[in-house]
Amino acid sequence: MTDPLLTNFIIFVLAILCGFAVISKVPATLHTPLMSGANSIHGIVLVGAMIITLHATDPLSQVISAVAVAFSAMNVVGGYVVTDRMLQMFRKREVPAAPRPDEAGEQVEG
Amino acid sequence: MDTIDVLIQLAWLAGAAAFVIGLMRMNSPATARNGNLVSAGGMALAVGATGVLLLRDGASATAWIIIAIGIAAGGGLGLYLARSVAMTAMPQLVSLFNAVGGGAAALIGINEYIRLVNAPEITPVTTTVFVVLDIVIGSVTFSGSLVASGKLMGLSITPSRPVRIPGGHLVTLGLALIVTVSAIYLFAGNESLPVLGLILLVALIFGITMTLPIGGADMPVVISLLNSFTGTAVAMAGFVIDNVVLIIAGALVGASGAILTKLMAGAMNRSVINIMIGGFGGGEGTVAEGGAGGTVRELGVDDAAIQLAYASSVIVVPGYGLAVAQAQHAVRELADVLEAKGVDVKYAIHPVAGRMPGHMNVLLAEANVPYPQLREMDDINPEFERADVALVVGANDVTNPAARRAGTPVSGMPILDVDKAKNVIVIKRSMGRGYAGIDNELYVNPKTGMLFADAKQGLADLVAAVKAL
Repeated sequence: MTDPLLTNFIIFVLAILCGFAVISKVPATLHTPLMSGANSIHGIVLVGAMIITLHATDPLSQVISAVAVAFSAMNVVGGYVVTDRMLQMFRKREVPAAPRPDEAGEQVEG
Repeated sequence: MDTIDVLIQLAWLAGAAAFVIGLMRMNSPATARNGNLVSAGGMALAVGATGVLLLRDGASATAWIIIAIGIAAGGGLGLYLARSVAMTAMPQLVSLFNAVGGGAAALIGINEYIRLVNAPEITPVTTTVFVVLDIVIGSVTFSGSLVASGKLMGLSITPSRPVRIPGGHLVTLGLALIVTVSAIYLFAGNESLPVLGLILLVALIFGITMTLPIGGADMPVVISLLNSFTGTAVAMAGFVIDNVVLIIAGALVGASGAILTKLMAGAMNRSVINIMIGGFGGGEGTVAEGGAGGTVRELGVDDAAIQLAYASSVIVVPGYGLAVAQAQHAVRELADVLEAKGVDVKYAIHPVAGRMPGHMNVLLAEANVPYPQLREMDDINPEFERADVALVVGANDVTNPAARRAGTPVSGMPILDVDKAKNVIVIKRSMGRGYAGIDNELYVNPKTGMLFADAKQGLADLVAAVKAL
């Protein structure tokens, strides 16, 4: 059990099962932020883009790795910020939800 | 494996764990924001650990310059776009971020393949397999997501209406065949950059031909599917450069994205395959027979205001037109003046109102509409019968009664039962069609009055007219 490829494959399969399990009954309201949140996670490709700069000695691979770093950094930063902006909107609900007891009271009277 | 190596690996593991926990917390509204922060923390940790790795491995000055410039340029642009974009433009931005993620994964594959081909050793076939998968999936998401983003932006080269490609499925089949044959050639042990270039080119074209025929209304599902693809491409890139954190995070997004895509398609009562193959509903342009007949009744602002002010219950149906006109504050204002007159106001939210599931909730929450007034489709549909007025603002296909019949492009799509209300007022700029490209039978219903105006202006006029009563 020393073959790194096999180890990687085992990890891959377990991570897939984990991904299936993690998404359960999500209210439709959260579909968009959740998609955006998952979108920022694949920004992890930035780690890979940084690593390939280690061997980037010729101009072509330097250009390729620079574009890869820029693309993935855009994915990471933009993804998290935009998701946070969406979810910030949801938090506001708590404030206007405050007068709820009043409404309930009125309905009882009516 | 020295101590630093172990620490780097552990930091990556912690990052991956943070992604899982973050996604779990994003399943519920109360913990969602915190979940995103946990996930971002994991990302920062993983990237930081990679910095340590580069230090340890003695990265050249050039490498550091590349990383610094790349992160500053990409991160800066991402930050600017994420901060400045309007809430209505959110879906196309997510699609754009998805495109660059897929592009980066493909670039890693390309870079590694060039390096391996130039190296004296023979490239192992397993590596070639992952390189090809990485490049194919990454390129398809790159071009596909760009087209999806363009469709949502309404660019003229990528119209939001389904575009029929001459030859249709034959083209798709041909492209798939070229990729398969080229891939087999490489897997057989041949090392060839031109063949890899061909695969890259064909995959890019495939992404375009796959996305162009799909209508704008189905874009959310397509973006979610492409998001899942990007995750898979990143996992493949992880195999190529033998990096565990890429494999874990990529597989996680690939799988959770697939489930989410299925949930989204389910919310629209469609199957993912049906969406990908059929264009919108698969109806070959058979416009609802006889549906378009009948006369349209135009309604003045004052008449509409009287109907609304003397109603005892009003249901507002917001749609994309409201989002585009940035009229969420105007609709809230109208609701306020109506409530002051004792009218009961509720909002009927279709699962795909706006451009993405949940999009309309976000917009109305931004305008401080009280959350209990936002009602989901199944919850509000029985109430239309009792409503005096249904006020439709910039919504079209989701209110079309034709969806209840078979044989129209919107057939089977769940709709809001707006036509069951006692009166219907539709604020719309023109008689133009919605994304499905068919006439809305609601507009020729005798109960319906059309108020032709921009959503924001129309609502502002209504507020003034109601106040003047």
